[in-house]
Amino acid sequence: METGEVAATAVALEDATVAFRLADARVYTAVEKARLTVDHGEFVAIVGPTGCGKSTLLNVAAGLLKPAAGAVRIFDRPLSGLNRQAGYLFQADALFPWKTALDNVAIGLEIAGTPRRTALAEAQHWLTSVGLGAFAGRYPHMLSGGQRKRVALAQVLIRNPKILLMDEPFGPLDAQTRQVMGNLLLELWTRDRKAVLFVTHDLEEAIALADRVVIMSAGPGSRIIGDWKVPLQRPRDIFEIRLDPGFHDLHREIWSMLKDEVMKGYVQSTQPEARV
Amino acid sequence: MSRIRLLSLQILVAIVLIGAWQLFSTVPVFGHMLLPPFFFSTPLDVGSQIVDWFTTGVIWKHLAITLWESILAFVIGSLGGVLFGFWFARQPRVAAVFDPYVKMANSLPRVVLAPIFTLWLGLGIWSKVALGVTLVFFIVFFNVYQGVKEVSTTVLANGRMLGMSERQLMRHVYWPSALSWMFSSLHTSVGFAVVGAVVGEYLGSAAGLGYLIQQAEGTFDVGGVFAGMFVLSAFVILIDIGVTLVEKRLLVWRPDAAEGRG
Repeated sequence: METGEVAATAVALEDATVAFRLADARVYTAVEKARLTVDHGEFVAIVGPTGCGKSTLLNVAAGLLKPAAGAVRIFDRPLSGLNRQAGYLFQADALFPWKTALDNVAIGLEIAGTPRRTALAEAQHWLTSVGLGAFAGRYPHMLSGGQRKRVALAQVLIRNPKILLMDEPFGPLDAQTRQVMGNLLLELWTRDRKAVLFVTHDLEEAIALADRVVIMSAGPGSRIIGDWKVPLQRPRDIFEIRLDPGFHDLHREIWSMLKDEVMKGYVQSTQPEARV
Repeated sequence: MSRIRLLSLQILVAIVLIGAWQLFSTVPVFGHMLLPPFFFSTPLDVGSQIVDWFTTGVIWKHLAITLWESILAFVIGSLGGVLFGFWFARQPRVAAVFDPYVKMANSLPRVVLAPIFTLWLGLGIWSKVALGVTLVFFIVFFNVYQGVKEVSTTVLANGRMLGMSERQLMRHVYWPSALSWMFSSLHTSVGFAVVGAVVGEYLGSAAGLGYLIQQAEGTFDVGGVFAGMFVLSAFVILIDIGVTLVEKRLLVWRPDAAEGRG
């Protein structure tokens, strides 16, 4: 789709500030001067307390939101409009309920002009990759939450985006399913190492999956306040990596910082004035 | 409750009601008829009238006319409703300008339009179709409008991120969503199409089930009125069964439609 040149930085947010105009004409600053880069092939997780603007930041990288100030560069080019290089995995159900699992996966290719038959064959292949080869004819409501996430993952990956943006994709799932999905994600990611920006509120999930963990402060006007490299070996198994001493050390270190922000975020979310 | 038990109870209700009707309209109680046949007819008379209609075959012509009027009213009303619903939902400014007029038109009891349609379109089928259209149009219009407005923002954002153009969003997101809302009101709109046709016929026509009922009423033939009513309800039930079949096919992807099956 694009030229083959490879820039070192896939996503660069340069002092991106995001603000919303409230109903009473006040301006609410969600994210203040965020500076963040995701390198080619790098898996970065953003962790922060509830309502800190993690998803906002992701939407800026996707081009769904325009920053009020600052710049977004995608492979060293300024982003205007939607980010065509990125695939986006949403937190809420985003599958087309009126399409079967197979059609949901194939649609990304079909709208790009791939003949339907080729698109369907490719979609079947991707469904098999996510372990749902036998569920091609099911509609989303006939699938479990975890299965829907698998379809959504296939739907995004079939277009072979260079960047993967994920907004608490496994948030609604139960703990076991989340770990299974995490392993599936790592397995698929290892094949071609896309740049990943993964938003979560779960620090354990972030450390287990990512190369780097970025911490955001509580909103409003949240900033990026920490950036840790995760020195754990790959390939990883999500079930076992939690037993690794290195995992524990890092978790303790990051949590000591995150804890304060989580408390701040909690206090703010209980005060009616500060709520948006 | 087993199927057979349920069915036999349902039939029992009919037998008791019709039996009571037959009894009180033919056997005097204390020298006094509780249901005078002049006002209430008798089930036997009504039945023989229905049998008569079908054996002589006169009823088919009237059924066909009413059916044809209903179909035309449904198709034209739905097409208009879909087009305008889409247009208004995608152009909020147009919707805002026309809003009071749409509300006004919708609040009008449609029966009062019948004489005007008869004046404009004559006593043939088109004045009845027009009446049905005014009923069907608003149901479909409001549903499609709602359907397009309430497309999930996540699904929409997903479509955009998957690379859909505005035209493709229309085809793959807005359109199926609007259609699903339209189909969810299918029973109501088909029902109203029939209502429009029959009421129109009743108020002035030369054929159709409404005409048949009106004729019987004009000659104080209460049996004929009841016979017409029974044929009409059987007709509506048959159409409704047809709609249910179509709905099951078209809305397989909907959770509630599937639950109805179990």
